[in-house]
Amino acid sequence: MISFERFELSNGLRVIVHPDFTTPNAVLNVMYDVGARDEDPDRTGFAHLFEHLMFGGSVNIPEYDEPLQRAGGENNAYTTNDLTNYYIQLPAVNLETAFWLESDRMLSLAFSEKSLEVQRKVVCEEFKEHYINKPYGDVWHKMRSLAFTKHPYRWMTIGKELKHIEEATLADVKAFFKKHYCPANAVLVVAGPVNSADVRQLTEKWFGDIPSGLKYNRQLPIEPEQTAARRLVVEADVPLDALYMCWHMPGRMEAGYQAVDMLTDILGSGASSRLHQSLVKEQKLFSNVECFHFGSTDRGLLTIEGKLVKGVTLEAAEQAIQKEIDKILQEGINEAELQKAKNKTESMIAFEDMSLMNRATSLAHYELLGDANMMNTEFARYAAVTTDQLMEQAVNIFRTENMNVMQYRAKTAGV
Amino acid sequence: MSIDRMIAPKIVDAVDFELSLPKVETFTLRNGVPVYAFNGGAEEVMSVEWVFWSGNSYESMNLEAATANFLLRNGTSQRTAFQINEFFEYHGAFLQRNCYNETATLSLHGLSKHMDTLLPVVRELIMDSVMPADELATYVQNMKQRLSVSLKKCDFVAGRLIDTYLFGEDHPYGRYTKAEDFDLLNSEQLLSFYDRYYRNGEFMLFVAGKLPANFREQLDRYFGDLPNKKVDRPLHAIQPATQQRYRIENDPNGVQGAIRIARPFPNRIHPDFQPAMILNTLFGGFFGSRLMSNIREDKGYTYGIHSYLMNLMQSSAWMISTEAGKDVCEATIQEVYKEMRVLREELVDEEELSLVKNYLMGSLLGDLDGPFQIIGRWKNLILNGCTDEYFYQTIRIIKSITPEQLRTLSAQYLREEDFYELIVV
Repeated sequence: MISFERFELSNGLRVIVHPDFTTPNAVLNVMYDVGARDEDPDRTGFAHLFEHLMFGGSVNIPEYDEPLQRAGGENNAYTTNDLTNYYIQLPAVNLETAFWLESDRMLSLAFSEKSLEVQRKVVCEEFKEHYINKPYGDVWHKMRSLAFTKHPYRWMTIGKELKHIEEATLADVKAFFKKHYCPANAVLVVAGPVNSADVRQLTEKWFGDIPSGLKYNRQLPIEPEQTAARRLVVEADVPLDALYMCWHMPGRMEAGYQAVDMLTDILGSGASSRLHQSLVKEQKLFSNVECFHFGSTDRGLLTIEGKLVKGVTLEAAEQAIQKEIDKILQEGINEAELQKAKNKTESMIAFEDMSLMNRATSLAHYELLGDANMMNTEFARYAAVTTDQLMEQAVNIFRTENMNVMQYRAKTAGV
Repeated sequence: MSIDRMIAPKIVDAVDFELSLPKVETFTLRNGVPVYAFNGGAEEVMSVEWVFWSGNSYESMNLEAATANFLLRNGTSQRTAFQINEFFEYHGAFLQRNCYNETATLSLHGLSKHMDTLLPVVRELIMDSVMPADELATYVQNMKQRLSVSLKKCDFVAGRLIDTYLFGEDHPYGRYTKAEDFDLLNSEQLLSFYDRYYRNGEFMLFVAGKLPANFREQLDRYFGDLPNKKVDRPLHAIQPATQQRYRIENDPNGVQGAIRIARPFPNRIHPDFQPAMILNTLFGGFFGSRLMSNIREDKGYTYGIHSYLMNLMQSSAWMISTEAGKDVCEATIQEVYKEMRVLREELVDEEELSLVKNYLMGSLLGDLDGPFQIIGRWKNLILNGCTDEYFYQTIRIIKSITPEQLRTLSAQYLREEDFYELIVV
């Protein structure tokens, strides 16, 4: 049981306090309700570029990192397709420094040309390092644009192309800030050896006078129901053929999400999972195979991916995966497999909750999804799932017309 | 409520903290195996780690140690690989194995309530593994495939080459994997390695988490009768390369170069090691470091640049590592040398040094949060032959080190001519 208190400032900032007196450290986490899905299709990668600019100094504080390091703190941030999260860990005695820094950059940034110019370059290098200069680095660019035709999940958080980042202007940056970075669109979590009254007082002091801003009204294009299987063949200079298969699945808050999460686990997570045992160990068709999903807020993708053993054809590999899926559809999932998935989930949650930082981030995420208390009720939803519910999801997801297949072929004969 | 946002809230300097490393409980099993335990935490979870002296340093041919370690989970005379995996995963437990230079480990994470169920099967793996030939064949095939992918990555190629320059290809720290090495592995020879270094091998135990009341009896029951025969520590000769500058083309279409700049450095027992860790932090060891501020935050040449002292027992190295745009690789290297020169020639100002000290103390405090972090720090001390006195000495040095000492250290160790330099595109 994770204890917390929740209150809201008059400017709309949602605040969660999670007291834990066993640690000398405190965490201050600010999650903004904006991600790559909120970008203009011609300005992709912007939410993430913007995250970099949040470290370029704010209206009253020229340097963000330095005062925090001086207070013995560390921080970082990340952007996903759904949200942007900023977190600080520091000695609890210096907690107010975190309030000072985070509130000032919610108030306003410095908006410096130099910072934009440098971070454009840094992000371009990040783009190259992870998505260009790496074998298979462009897989998710291609798969997302195959599987989504309308919904902005069709691009990655890093952006569709380098050009979008290179062309970002300071005017874009200011407009983005005004639209998304305000109390009405943020959740603040404070965790550590703190009591609620002190946090309330500090929050009022530092965040209370920031103008509320307009609550962002998200109206994203809805992805039309897929009606026919889609296929893409890519040739690239890689040593091994690889296969990627994706099916549309329920969003984070939809019924069935927990069942699908466990379905992916049973199929392809861990050395005793069905796909690994059958395709890697018994049939020796793949050198690795995994099944996973992205935990997306909106309807996302259940994925099976793997690299093929040399000499195996992509057609044979796909057939073998299909056979495993058919086996589930025809023979079902047994109680022991479901119980195993539940046990793994129980254990995973216990390990995640060990860290103060993880607890703070999870509380913020659940609050953004609608209710921080899901932190305490989520496992019960997993525990309640039945094999029938798993099958219902499997039948609905693994329809041919819901499928996207990418064959990633090695251009050269091999190494 | 009106506040002046230009004024920072008062802080307590982290450098004034009195940090302590929580004590671990130590005892030995009846066969003399040392156990280090930290009992604590709020969640009902535990970790148990078996550390064997069975790392790469002990092998007679390449990959023997890593492969024997990997196959520990792949079959006993009683259970197949699938049954073993199924057993641990069914209980929501994670059994991992890792092979390092001197040691190799088995580590178990799981819910505390299952400890008594899980330990006997770990015992079975240590006493009764069979290293099946078909499991070996699958492993070899998949590892060779994985290697072929890794070799396409400039950072992977650079990482192995720089180690070779520092230590020589015949030293376990510098030896690297070739596809043909895998073909020479066979079950008999792996079994004999396993027999000597695991079944009869010398090991230690590190346990942490919310431990069951009888965890000492459990450990003694399942592991107190293992042979635990002393293993001689081999000493391998280091043969550094004579050539210092390298430019390698690995991928004609590459858009970035992996840069590694490194010099040999003594191990952590040497009196310069701890002061150098502080100098390293300032130089390239955290986000506010000189290298990061100049090369990323001012010039935008890279997504990140880091320097570090390698965590190696016999002898260490000081490493600078980054991936930078292909056309700015040479400029990046010149900036790294420029930052070394500034450290040799100019005194670090007090304000910057106090920031680094506060940052280091704050991150030490942050790192000690939780039972797994605490046992991890102890493990590193114990394996390097240190006690908690080393931890307290680190803190004394952080608190007392001066700009003059840092300049002297820089003059001794941050000289361009002592470094190997490599770019792989």
